[in-house]
Amino acid sequence: MSTEVQEVEKAVEKKSEPLFSKKNRKLLSDPLNDSNPITVQVLGICSALAITVQLQQAVIMSLSVLFVMIGGNVIVSLLRNAIPDRIRIIVQLVVIAALVIIVNEVLKAFLPDISEKLSVFVGLIITNCIIMGRLEAFALGNKPGPSFLDAIGNAMGYAWILLAVSIVRELFGSGAISFPGMGQVKFLPEGWFIANGGLYENNNLMILPPMALVVVGVIIWIQRARNTKLIEEN
Amino acid sequence: MAVNKNSNGYTFFFAIAMVVVVGAALAVTSQSLKPRQQENDADKKRMDILGAIKVEATRTNAGDLFSEYVVERVSVDYIGNMVNTATGDINATDKSDPFNIDVKKDYRSFIKRIVKESGKNPEELDSRLAEAGVNYPVFKCVKNDTTLYVCPMVGTGLWGPIWGYVALEEDFKTIYGAKFDHKSETPGLGAEIKESFFTLKFEGKKLNVEEPKTMFSVLKGGAITNEHSVDGITGGTITSKGVDEMLNRTFPVYVKYFLNANDQRAER
Repeated sequence: MSTEVQEVEKAVEKKSEPLFSKKNRKLLSDPLNDSNPITVQVLGICSALAITVQLQQAVIMSLSVLFVMIGGNVIVSLLRNAIPDRIRIIVQLVVIAALVIIVNEVLKAFLPDISEKLSVFVGLIITNCIIMGRLEAFALGNKPGPSFLDAIGNAMGYAWILLAVSIVRELFGSGAISFPGMGQVKFLPEGWFIANGGLYENNNLMILPPMALVVVGVIIWIQRARNTKLIEEN
Repeated sequence: MAVNKNSNGYTFFFAIAMVVVVGAALAVTSQSLKPRQQENDADKKRMDILGAIKVEATRTNAGDLFSEYVVERVSVDYIGNMVNTATGDINATDKSDPFNIDVKKDYRSFIKRIVKESGKNPEELDSRLAEAGVNYPVFKCVKNDTTLYVCPMVGTGLWGPIWGYVALEEDFKTIYGAKFDHKSETPGLGAEIKESFFTLKFEGKKLNVEEPKTMFSVLKGGAITNEHSVDGITGGTITSKGVDEMLNRTFPVYVKYFLNANDQRAER
């Protein structure tokens, strides 16, 4: 990780390259696949398991992480030459914690129902390893521009896994998908359910946390089957 | 400007400056969002009270439905005397309005410790609760020409606070409806107290007013129940016990008030 950071830093310092240079574009696209925070680095699993019961919650969680991630990365990157080395972890923690508290307060004020459902998990963004990891590994050594892109890339890498898992879980667990702002949209007619004389029953296991792990596992499996770079040599 | 980034002085300066800036930013955020958050909390409370009398409300219509169904808000003290009463619109800054009594805060700051310290000694518990000077709100509602009384209550579950709103019918004995909620009980176990399968069990049950110490029991999962008890939640024993404790500590206060009010009405 550290050599990668140094390389990027060198490249950035050599000449002021455009924001969307090839290297910087890679910052955006890499976390989506090759270095996905959840499926490859296996960070931030805790929240991925807990709040993927409904699509709506996953969307709000992803947006919250995106906000905290961008804010944290840019702020730490701006301060990177001023932060004393010895307390850098504490500084990062304070920056993240402050942003998370702001997100939490805003959710409580404007989206109280969702805030209630996300409950402690918004607070737990503070301990989300993805954010801390990117601050330490990237923002501390790079300019705000690339850090901003890196934040978006990693938050998106986190978000798409969350969304994929929550769609699968909600569709098979509740027979519906809750699109943000539209409420739950049912896909099957009520008459198809066993309770109403049909043949279909929602899979309750899907709603329970263990199933999120299985779904993430399946995503990792598919990803590695398609992207052979990720398979470790023994 | 050559500043040694790693000197103690700089480190202290940086830490102090950071704390001041962050503290100020958070204080501003918190203060500017507070009115909205309080409004949300009040709406939630209205929804819960309406839920206890089985009126489904959303955040948007909670205010209207509340003023439609709730005709009077009363606060009572521990021995059952009326302290304050209010009707009509709720003024969020009026501390004497029973609606603005924060039962959770009262529980947290006074009652919780008393229960913990003297929960095993009923006489001591009784006298200390009486001394605590906490007021209990009750909401008089009229639904389909019947009068219902919604009694809020707070207790402790396994991991954190639990609370509920129980609606009593005009005889002050029969439970019309109940609504429970919790902060952090275990999902699938203790957290089930908020589900309807549990709250529905309370409907139609009666308080045993002859037995002021155990007016109502939440029994350990699978037990045989009578009209003064319900079956607890399997795997949620401590949460169920918390509900039981909460009911038996709070109901006597309300029952005393109802009996007092009844006597006064009879005298008139």
